[in-house]
Amino acid sequence: MSQRSITHGSFTLERRWKTTPARLYKALSDEATKQKWFSPPETWNKDVHHMDFRVGGIETSVGGPPGGAVHSFRAVYQDIVPNERIIYSYDMHLDDVRISVSLTSFEIKPDGDYTILVMTEHGAFLDGFAGDGNEIRREGTAGLLDQLGAFLAREGAN
Amino acid sequence: MAAADLLLNIMLNQPSNLDLMFQALADPTRRAMIDRLSRGPASVSELAKPFAMSLPAVVQHLQALEHSGLVSSQKVGRVRTVQIQPEALSLAEQWLNDRRTAWVKRLDRLGDFLAETADEPETRT
Repeated sequence: MSQRSITHGSFTLERRWKTTPARLYKALSDEATKQKWFSPPETWNKDVHHMDFRVGGIETSVGGPPGGAVHSFRAVYQDIVPNERIIYSYDMHLDDVRISVSLTSFEIKPDGDYTILVMTEHGAFLDGFAGDGNEIRREGTAGLLDQLGAFLAREGAN
Repeated sequence: MAAADLLLNIMLNQPSNLDLMFQALADPTRRAMIDRLSRGPASVSELAKPFAMSLPAVVQHLQALEHSGLVSSQKVGRVRTVQIQPEALSLAEQWLNDRRTAWVKRLDRLGDFLAETADEPETRT
């Protein structure tokens, strides 16, 4: 079933917060600080996160939904300009299958009392290596059904 | 799980069908059918197998699901095969949307964190 293929895609997110570039940079670059916001949804098993923040340094985050595939993120820091820019490349595994290789950039720009963060991700999705992708689809459907159940419970209570 | 948000997005982006989708999924038999179809397409008789009900009753449930836009079916020869409709969205799009959704949530948490710690001195490392 495994057809080798690569699908490319990208997205950009921009946020503007009342903070300084130094604070934002620290939240992205300091391991203990990053762990305060980076963690995945509480329903997942607690992620194991390590971060060696320097060019060539490795960041790993391993976790996943209970009973589901183990999601492994492994990044290499490629470019660091303090308070201005961070770029890393990473790959993502579901269990032992590599499903994507990506490049992520963070641009930090001062804007008066505010600071703008532009985050861009370019990804190569390895469709063929992901088998038939049922893991993703199944988790999605299971999650949808959970959300639907919660919705119906709320509606029913009215 | 972010993929769930994506599927929810599909539902939310088709507001005309939303009531139909919720109606279709309000029934436990139809939810079980969707769960089975999330593992891959199935023939009507395969779908009917786990349920203690007549084939016409199963077909009626499937019609409700198909009418809602959640599943589609094709008849080849004498076999009708049913598949979940979000499959029409490529896995790559699902993956990309997963990544995006995960980061939207992360950046929400980061924004909250920055707001909560705004009063703390900046020189700490």
